[in-house]
Amino acid sequence: MNSDSLTRAFLILIRRDLMLAVRHRAEMANPILFFVLVTSLFPLGIGANPALLQAVAPGVIWVAALLAALLSIENVFRSDFEDGSLEQYLLSSHPVSVLVLAKITAHWLITGLPLLLISPLLGILLGLPVDAIKVLFITLLLGTPVLSLIGAVGVALTVGLRKGGMILSLLVLPLYIPVLIFASSAVDTAAAGLPVTAHLSLIAALLLLALSLSPFATAAALRVSLS
Amino acid sequence: MNLEEFFNMGGYAFYVWSSYGIALLVLLVNIIAPLRQRNKLLNKIADTARRQARRNA
Amino acid sequence: MFNNFFHRMASPKHFYGLAGILIPWLAVPCLLLTVAGLYYGLVKAPPDYQQGDSYRIMFIHVPAAWMSLFIYIVMAGAGAIGLIWRIKLAEVVAISSAPIGASFTFLALVTGSIWGKPMWGTWWVWDARLTSELILLFLYLGVIALNNAIDDKRTAARAVAILALVGVINIPIIHYSVEWWNTLHQGPTVTKFDKPSIHLSMLIPLLLMAVAFKLYYAFVVLMRARCEVLERERNSGWVKELAEKT
Repeated sequence: MNSDSLTRAFLILIRRDLMLAVRHRAEMANPILFFVLVTSLFPLGIGANPALLQAVAPGVIWVAALLAALLSIENVFRSDFEDGSLEQYLLSSHPVSVLVLAKITAHWLITGLPLLLISPLLGILLGLPVDAIKVLFITLLLGTPVLSLIGAVGVALTVGLRKGGMILSLLVLPLYIPVLIFASSAVDTAAAGLPVTAHLSLIAALLLLALSLSPFATAAALRVSLS
Repeated sequence: MNLEEFFNMGGYAFYVWSSYGIALLVLLVNIIAPLRQRNKLLNKIADTARRQARRNA
Repeated sequence: MFNNFFHRMASPKHFYGLAGILIPWLAVPCLLLTVAGLYYGLVKAPPDYQQGDSYRIMFIHVPAAWMSLFIYIVMAGAGAIGLIWRIKLAEVVAISSAPIGASFTFLALVTGSIWGKPMWGTWWVWDARLTSELILLFLYLGVIALNNAIDDKRTAARAVAILALVGVINIPIIHYSVEWWNTLHQGPTVTKFDKPSIHLSMLIPLLLMAVAFKLYYAFVVLMRARCEVLERERNSGWVKELAEKT
């Protein structure tokens, strides 16, 4: 078990998940559609007043992103759990945290990246100024991986449970709150024309923290769930 | 402060007394619940043992 | 000698007996301190210059908030001990603490809200501390829900320990982010309880209630832990004997 084979295992896992996703290409559209739909509900619910929409846009878009991320993260371990591959990961000679990181990376590429790419459209829908849309993009770029990383721990804890979905939301949403606060505040500040380096640094810090801790927590949780 | 002032709490009687009342309720519930749970558990265990004994006899 | 003590403590049966003895020794001082705290807080302490008598809610609200945080940390610590050293008792203490912590968090929220009405004119305000407490309540409820969702008690204890540890890392992050968010969206009022110094006549009842609440937690967690132990050990001889006697 040298680092070369570990890197290979990492890349193989990512490639496999990407290939599986491409085969069910239609499913990749679901998080995007959900994201756009939920965001569109707000103008319908609160009225089309442009000033109001622009004011709530950062929060609304980010809450919709949170919900989309939550809904899609449920599947990160599902198919592997059902066909028994998950147990194989635990039994393999590679550190589980690295394999878990591979799964999360692939999952983000499949579900988080599309959200990121569609976000400028949603910014326009809600009337955000261009500078704010740029910052929205960056916050999603930094923030959606954090959502995937935190969500993975929750999924790992509930993967064997019958009604795992409901409980997953209860476990994960409180942990998403700091990301929501820093990200929507960043976009708000950008819309007011002020500098956002502090905000983005904070989100980047959260990303680094999640990257270093979440794979281990997820691996530990998987061991517990599959014991 | 006399008794009337005590109950009136400077006009804030509702707020102060409802807070203390809810606190008392919460703290009592957290004492009574484990007590009842313990009795329920012990009775259940005794019942199960009795049923087992009857089946084995 | 201590080794022997810890070894015996790890035995559920000895814990059950010891806890039973300790409970009254904790409950009685708790009651005394509570009465003293209430006397000094409700009778002896003078009305506040700005808030009149409504500030007396503080003697419940602040200790409850302190306990909500303290219990979470104990829960996470006990969970970690149970996870790393596989000590059953640590698992039991962790899971018994959750509903108590949730109760204190709920109490802090409700008394905070009731206090807010005369102070800020509204039943709820997204003040930094209340918002952080609300999120803490969600964290507790998550722990309780996860524990109930998993059938096997030992697996549940390990899963809950991981969740509690993830939560405890997040608590300072959440607290900081909410405080920062609150300064951005600050309403016109400034929270009164940010005053750095507090009058002695108010500090004494506050501390009395704080210690009383800690003693309360101690004996109530022992009561819940005894129930948890009974359930876990229900098939063992000593439990069956105990059930026969009652």
